[in-house]
Amino acid sequence: MQHYLSLAIKSIFVENILLAFFLGQCSFVACSKKVETAIGLGTAVIFVMTITTPASWFFYNILLRKGAPLLMWLNVPFLDLSFLGFMAYIAVIAAMVQFLEMFLDKYFPALYAALGIFLPLIAVNCAVLGAALFMVKRDYNLMESIVYGASTGMGWAMAIVSMAAIRKKLRYSNIPAGLEGLGIIFIMTGLLAMTFMCFSGIKL
Amino acid sequence: MSQREGLFSKRRWEAFREFVWEQNPISFQILGICSALATTTQVKTAMIMVLGLAFVTSLSNTIISLLRKYIPSAIRIIIFLVVIATLVIIVDEVLKAFMFDLSKKLSVYVGLIITNCIVMGRAEAFAMSNGPWDSFLDGLSNSAGYGLFLLAVAIPRELFGKGTILGFTIIPESAYQMGYKDAGIMLLAPSAFIILGLLIWGKTEIEMRAAKKGGR
Repeated sequence: MQHYLSLAIKSIFVENILLAFFLGQCSFVACSKKVETAIGLGTAVIFVMTITTPASWFFYNILLRKGAPLLMWLNVPFLDLSFLGFMAYIAVIAAMVQFLEMFLDKYFPALYAALGIFLPLIAVNCAVLGAALFMVKRDYNLMESIVYGASTGMGWAMAIVSMAAIRKKLRYSNIPAGLEGLGIIFIMTGLLAMTFMCFSGIKL
Repeated sequence: MSQREGLFSKRRWEAFREFVWEQNPISFQILGICSALATTTQVKTAMIMVLGLAFVTSLSNTIISLLRKYIPSAIRIIIFLVVIATLVIIVDEVLKAFMFDLSKKLSVYVGLIITNCIVMGRAEAFAMSNGPWDSFLDGLSNSAGYGLFLLAVAIPRELFGKGTILGFTIIPESAYQMGYKDAGIMLLAPSAFIILGLLIWGKTEIEMRAAKKGGR
């Protein structure tokens, strides 16, 4: 249990996917204008990542890995399909997002109305694919990959919501004309990343 | 088109310049920032990343432009993803075969070219409605603009973080003896954000001055 807790803390704070690994920048910049939008997108990302990371885990470990059960069953133990990984994960993510959209539309219309417009955006959010790739690279097991997916999503959501809050304040501050817009956002993100680095000594 | 246009006509050259400077994918279109920041601790990795992106963007643009009349618009995103993912797999395998150390350093970021918004964005915005040669050039010019920013971030990071550029020592030994120290923070995440922010500031400032002078 403690192991999972420390993994979660690590991926939310210490190795925040946005601030330490730079993933999911595009939507981070584009959708952090309003706090409400940021919360909506953040929730959707947590949701999607919690599902896609273990789904990619299944794909990798059952079909693609060398000596994976399905390949053994097909009697081709020499085959290593892991080079098809990129294709598989991106397909899993795109399909999951599409499926989730239909599922929410049918059974949870209120949630769908809130998340609806953000869901298609997530398919091209590099944080989601990044989480799948890191999961494979670090050899997580199933439980770890669920925890990793969920907490990485939370870390991303936290970063975008705090950025949206900062931007709300920034509107009333006096910024040099050339720095307005994109420039100041990056500098603020840099400062945010610096504060998150304070967590880096923590070991659980 | 009534008149045949030269392969490198003036209009195409103009478009190239525009994407490198005015409509730079990173500072203007806000595309492809993730990898721009992650791979810039060294000039070498940044250069490999630019080459990889140039290969993928220009070819995916060409292929999608050739197929544009046959792609149903309802499933176009998935088709884009398949084309792009195939090209990225090629880049990744080539890197693994010939530059194993570098491919280790770039780790997942090569794979992330798939979701690099430049590739997807250009496929959607340009290749779907233009001919193959134009699309190829469009891919190249966007990658050039991307490369410009990547190098501009990577050079100060490597220089002040390690005292080298491309692995060659730039800051002399005597400077270290006089008490100069490499700034470790340049190799960490926050500096990348801040340098990029300052670069964008500089670029907007130059543009604003030019606009004032030209009275545009």
